[in-house]
Amino acid sequence: MGTQTLYDKLWNSHVVHEEPDGTTLIYIDRHLVHEVTSPQAFEGLRLAGRKPWRIASMLAVADHNVPTTDRTQGIADPISRLQVETLDSNCDELGITEFRMADVRQGIVHVIGPEQGATLPGMTVVCGDSHTSTHGAFAALAFGIGTSEVEHVMATQCLLMKKARAMQVLVDGALGRGVTAKDLVLAVIGKIGTAGGTGYAIEFAGSAIRALTMEGRMTVCNMAIEAGARAGMIAADDTTISYLKGRPFAPQGELWDKAVGYWRTLHSDEGAQFDKVVLLDAAEIKPQVTWGTSPEMVVAVDGNVPDPAREDDPVKRGSIELSLKYMGLQPNTPITEIQIDKVFIGSCTNARIEDLRAAAEVIRGKHVAANVKLAMAVPGSGLVKQQAEREGLDKIFVEAGFEWREPGCSMCLAMNADRLEPGERCASTSNRNFEGRQGPGGRTHLVSPEMAAAAAIAGHFVDARNL
Amino acid sequence: MDKFLRVDGLVVPLDRANVDTDAIIPKQFLKSIKRTGFGPNLFDEWRYLDHGEPGMDNSRRPLNPDFVLNQPRYHGAQILLARENFGCGSSREHAPWALDDYGFRAIIAPSFADIFCNNCFKNGLLPIVLDAASVDDLFQGVTATPGYHLKIDLEQQIITAPNGMVYRFEVDAFRKNCLLNGLDDIGLTLQHVREIKEYEARRKSEAPWLFT
Repeated sequence: MGTQTLYDKLWNSHVVHEEPDGTTLIYIDRHLVHEVTSPQAFEGLRLAGRKPWRIASMLAVADHNVPTTDRTQGIADPISRLQVETLDSNCDELGITEFRMADVRQGIVHVIGPEQGATLPGMTVVCGDSHTSTHGAFAALAFGIGTSEVEHVMATQCLLMKKARAMQVLVDGALGRGVTAKDLVLAVIGKIGTAGGTGYAIEFAGSAIRALTMEGRMTVCNMAIEAGARAGMIAADDTTISYLKGRPFAPQGELWDKAVGYWRTLHSDEGAQFDKVVLLDAAEIKPQVTWGTSPEMVVAVDGNVPDPAREDDPVKRGSIELSLKYMGLQPNTPITEIQIDKVFIGSCTNARIEDLRAAAEVIRGKHVAANVKLAMAVPGSGLVKQQAEREGLDKIFVEAGFEWREPGCSMCLAMNADRLEPGERCASTSNRNFEGRQGPGGRTHLVSPEMAAAAAIAGHFVDARNL
Repeated sequence: MDKFLRVDGLVVPLDRANVDTDAIIPKQFLKSIKRTGFGPNLFDEWRYLDHGEPGMDNSRRPLNPDFVLNQPRYHGAQILLARENFGCGSSREHAPWALDDYGFRAIIAPSFADIFCNNCFKNGLLPIVLDAASVDDLFQGVTATPGYHLKIDLEQQIITAPNGMVYRFEVDAFRKNCLLNGLDDIGLTLQHVREIKEYEARRKSEAPWLFT
């Protein structure tokens, strides 16, 4: 086979059938399911008289619609409740493993998959959710799909695809103090743009990536889709393997040893060719803050809001003007002078235990600023919440004036009751700053957990490197 | 899926880059467990002056007169002309469902986000990529000419403008065939049942932990 990229290895090991034009039937090992993108797929399957091909490949959880406040009364919104109940009954009927709302293992689908060891190196992982790229942190080929494809995977265990081009994002050097995986990936998106990865599968590599924990790697791969790439991935190494050891769905005993032997082959070979290589120096990356309505609209915390007058391209200039109008920002405003109304620490990007620890460290013994109306910490899963509480992090958050919530997607996309009011400005650890994403008229600034925590205390953005 | 052969349709221009799927169909409408009925909420936050929620009578809501879809000259449009990276963001298939339900048959843009593009093909909606200069031409044409129609011929892979200009576009041969014949992907894949089973047997012996 010659030298292969990690993507080549993952692709080649899942080819079931290939047409002369390159259209390929790819086998899917793990199918994660949530309530929003699955009901029409289950219905389609039923209408066609089909059964799921391999039920054991499926793992389901409701995360988008679940309340993050008291759950003992169930879900108040009848439409949200019906969607969750529909998932429950579909899983019951077909015998699909599902973590229900009262189960401590419930949480955001992209947090619980890895947490359970349901995501393993060498797998193909899909979910009707664009942030499925997260699981690529485990040297898996993981990508989001639409509902028609959800039904296709259920019915056939395969997807019809054409191979993407391969991009390597090589980040060497060491991240500075107060600079995180979130800043790294925002800097990548700022560099290549939200369409820079369109048509590509991105492999993140280099010493800065190898130095990241699994949670940091998940944050990076999570936002590959924000750079336009359906899949992001990172080679397997000791960090990957020690993270997985002992997880409920991970292999054990002899199978574990055999699996580890295979996982150690899951890296790009020396000299493997990529269609495109993008280089970044980790030492040059500063804490990042988005100022606009696309994740590529990002600057370092010591920078300013851009001035559209300095943009020559009329389409780009128009985009900047529209964004500034929506965001209520004046050109050339220093980022650190932007005052915030709310703070959201959570989402499939940044709601794991290390994110909560990092934020707690910043706010310990301090209090949320008077102009901040609401600061919330939403753990990524019931198990993350439990762990945080064992460490006393919940008390740190509550004493600082944060609300400590139940796990779910929450105000990342505001499908449940957690949302911004029109015009409110939020420091958010989530992944999308689109218009209305966190609530109609809401204004989102994407940042790391440290930066969100520091903004909560100061009432405006501050440089996490100076804390 | 309905067959797609050719469309002779009124064009509406949406002149902004990076139109994301949250803008195409906001999240509150994703709570539906159906595939249909999303058309009235297409571009909801731009289209109406009030805040939309599921279950509202959309015909009584105040329209935003500045939004292009609400201008009378574009009523009944079947072709959406857009800018680069159209459909970026979430994988929600509700986005093409909403565009389809509104009455669109094709979208023309310099580029599309991958998942959105894929989802369009699954629903008989044709995403057409043209180079930025051609898209600029079309924007000028549609803005200057009320009643501006384009003729799209999928079989020939050409778009004909009212001034006689012909734009050729590329489309994946497999997807073209599926659209022209209204083929169901699942049905096609199930012709390979034996190969899927053989793959599983082979993989199970190589990597048994994947099947526990």
